[in-house]
Amino acid sequence: MADKIDQIFVTLKALLLGYVPEALQPLVSGLLSVLLVLSVFPGIFALVTVIERKGLGRIQNRLGPNRVGIPFTKIRLCGFGQFIPDGIKSLTKEDVVPRAADKVVHYLAPIVMLVPVLLAYAVLPFGRHMTIADFDAGLLFFFAVGGAVEVSVFMAGWSSRNKYSLLGAMRAIAQMISYEIPLILSAVTVVMIVGSLNLSEIVQQQNAYTHGLAHWFVFTPWGLVGFLLFFIASLAESNRCPFDLPEAESEIIAGYFTEYSGFKFALFFLGEYLGMFAIIGLGITLFLGGWTSPLAALTWIPSYVWFFGKLAAIVFVFIWIRGTLPRLRMDQLMNLAWKFMLPLALINIVVAAIWHFMAVDWPRWLVCSALIFGAYVVLGRGLMKHQKLGKRTYRFAE
Amino acid sequence: MSLSLIILAFVTLLAASAAMSLRNLVHCALALAVTFAGLAALYLNLDAQFVGFAQILVYVGAVAILIVFAILLTRSGDTPNEAVLAPGWISGIAISAGVFTVLGWAVLNSKALPSSGTLSLAPAATVKDIGKVLMEQYVLPLEVIGLLLTAAMIGAVVIALKEPSKSSSSRGDEAQIKKTEQVEPSHVGSYVGEKKGAA
Amino acid sequence: MLGEQIIKGLAVTAKNFFGSYVSKERLTTVQYPEERLVPQENTRQFPFLVYDGDDAEKGLRCVACQICEKECPPKCIYIVKSKDRKPDYKGQPQLYPVIFDIDISVCMSCSICVEVCPFESIKMDTDFELSNANRFEALLLHKNDLAKPNSHYQKVHPQDAQDSDAVIAGEKAKAAAKAKAAAEAAEAAKAKAAAAPAPAAAATPVVPTPPATTPRNQA
Ligand code: SF4
Ligand code: SF4
Repeated sequence: MADKIDQIFVTLKALLLGYVPEALQPLVSGLLSVLLVLSVFPGIFALVTVIERKGLGRIQNRLGPNRVGIPFTKIRLCGFGQFIPDGIKSLTKEDVVPRAADKVVHYLAPIVMLVPVLLAYAVLPFGRHMTIADFDAGLLFFFAVGGAVEVSVFMAGWSSRNKYSLLGAMRAIAQMISYEIPLILSAVTVVMIVGSLNLSEIVQQQNAYTHGLAHWFVFTPWGLVGFLLFFIASLAESNRCPFDLPEAESEIIAGYFTEYSGFKFALFFLGEYLGMFAIIGLGITLFLGGWTSPLAALTWIPSYVWFFGKLAAIVFVFIWIRGTLPRLRMDQLMNLAWKFMLPLALINIVVAAIWHFMAVDWPRWLVCSALIFGAYVVLGRGLMKHQKLGKRTYRFAE
Repeated sequence: MSLSLIILAFVTLLAASAAMSLRNLVHCALALAVTFAGLAALYLNLDAQFVGFAQILVYVGAVAILIVFAILLTRSGDTPNEAVLAPGWISGIAISAGVFTVLGWAVLNSKALPSSGTLSLAPAATVKDIGKVLMEQYVLPLEVIGLLLTAAMIGAVVIALKEPSKSSSSRGDEAQIKKTEQVEPSHVGSYVGEKKGAA
Repeated sequence: MLGEQIIKGLAVTAKNFFGSYVSKERLTTVQYPEERLVPQENTRQFPFLVYDGDDAEKGLRCVACQICEKECPPKCIYIVKSKDRKPDYKGQPQLYPVIFDIDISVCMSCSICVEVCPFESIKMDTDFELSNANRFEALLLHKNDLAKPNSHYQKVHPQDAQDSDAVIAGEKAKAAAKAKAAAEAAEAAKAKAAAAPAPAAAATPVVPTPPATTPRNQA
């Protein structure tokens, strides 16, 4: 029974495909999957915008949006209908294109943004046997399409002919390139241990249990560090606080999409959130066991529930961090990436290799943990050395 | 020759010629990015997943951005008024023809190609196979390339380093940021200039 | 160690997050149309004109002296003086405004008009629910919109209204005393110059009205 529910979408798709002729089956199958991604993730996006506003409100001891419920009724749903008017608003707003803008590039930028982001969902395993395109080099595919987002950011920033847009684009690209390195290097550890770039294979390796506890990579020293590095880098890649310099409202308005309005603005917004979900999904797949359950006793819960549950949990942590941390300065951002995360990621690769070649026993736990902890302390000291932390002193305003 | 190959080849060639002939340098760079993407699609069409993805990752994700940055940091966004063809275009064509000949000769004489002219199916090379070959058969070239790139990177760092000033290293960072942001005035200047020209 | 303070910060926000669901004191938000805060004693929105009694025309304290019109920084008051006169609360014949408009889309609630008015006739109201579908005519308040009884003033600003009433009562008493003195003087003069055919007491322009008959609801 649990198995049936787990595979319900797979069986449903097979059933639907039974009605179409043989020749069209690959096409229809692809279309079905695309439709599913196109409906599920923007739906999650809509909900997350409301949850984010409510969560931030609660963090600041406010209520957040709580008025709009089901339209034309008195039912308020705690404000979860808010995204409907928001969406209508952004769809009906005038689409303003600056006169000096490079029209074609300006028009193409949001599309170039959204397409690779959506492509990235092709390789994510959402559940048992629920991967749209199970590439042999799935991880590489993910990072490759992620790289195309930078081009779109540049296109948006440059074509707008606006200094804030260009500054935002420069910041965004510098940040994305800097953080892509620790992101990929932290993922490399998983590839080393699993010996495959295939994401389903990576999940499969974590789908084993000792003493009822899953073999998630986050439960190993290198995996924990890898996950944290991946997490921080994914915060930066999705331009989330505290790495939201590219769209720092107080400094450069909205960064590279300052000159966009109406639906194109909404597309950028959507692209940003979809990118965030995709990268979180990848993090889950790599380190948090993908669709597997943490405890052997809980395997009866359907796999996709686990996947989306983990997704929700990490999105919540993202919101929590946004409500907590202030924005970094440009040099702090770069220092963190190049002087802390990159060396730590490199050391982590070495640690993963040691872990791989040492006997399965407690000494490898000890050695690996000690190595990582030592590296963390030393690098952390180095990062904070010139920071002059302490009470702020003012020269004039005292 | 399948339809997909024709479409991809057409798009790639179109983008490549656009990259050569467009007036605005940034447009050229973007067209070049399209060319890279088209090439990657061609690789994928040939079932060479690893090469295709690596092409996108390295060329679209990094090289195109690098080119764009180089353009923005070195000159203003003005569109030049001279002819599209640079004065030395004949020698340029000669050199590219030479490179093409050498590459073609190398490919045609490669042992990997089936010796008889018959086209066989591409060998199903997984990423694992590629990795194995790289790490066993071609480990020396790989290491040499790695060393070369590292040397180049260190060289770049040395060039980019400011002369040691009296204050701490944090100054260097600030200078670097300023350098990045210097693009903006020239860009705006060009915009104002254009507006004046229009008026 | 690196990251310590981040954990501390996260703990603080988590406490806020969960605390806001547990204790109502943490939330400062008031669900406005359903719940309301009691306005502060000194709250002020836009001016209104005070009138005594229950006839807005007759009891309007404003004498159209136009001081407020001149002093208003954004010049949002417009007054047209009357040609005729009507008795004020002291009984003196005074001008009155035929038109008294305030454009509350311009008014900045500075309360300067209130400060400068020598006749206690313009005061600040506390009504803030003035939003309207028409942003031109509907936000231009005319005399009949602005005129509100003294009882309203006593309701919205009890303390100030008391002071203002005291000032008016004092002035009225002074006026009455003066009138009485003048009357007495006139009487005396009349008595003194009973024989002499002097011109009548033209020096008293005041038509004294007994204070008790003034329809005012004093606090
Ligand atoms: S409150 Fe200020 S702005 Fe408003 S009418 Fe009075 S003087 Fe003018
Ligand atoms: S409100 Fe006061 S200051 Fe203004 S015209 Fe009337 S009496 Fe004069």
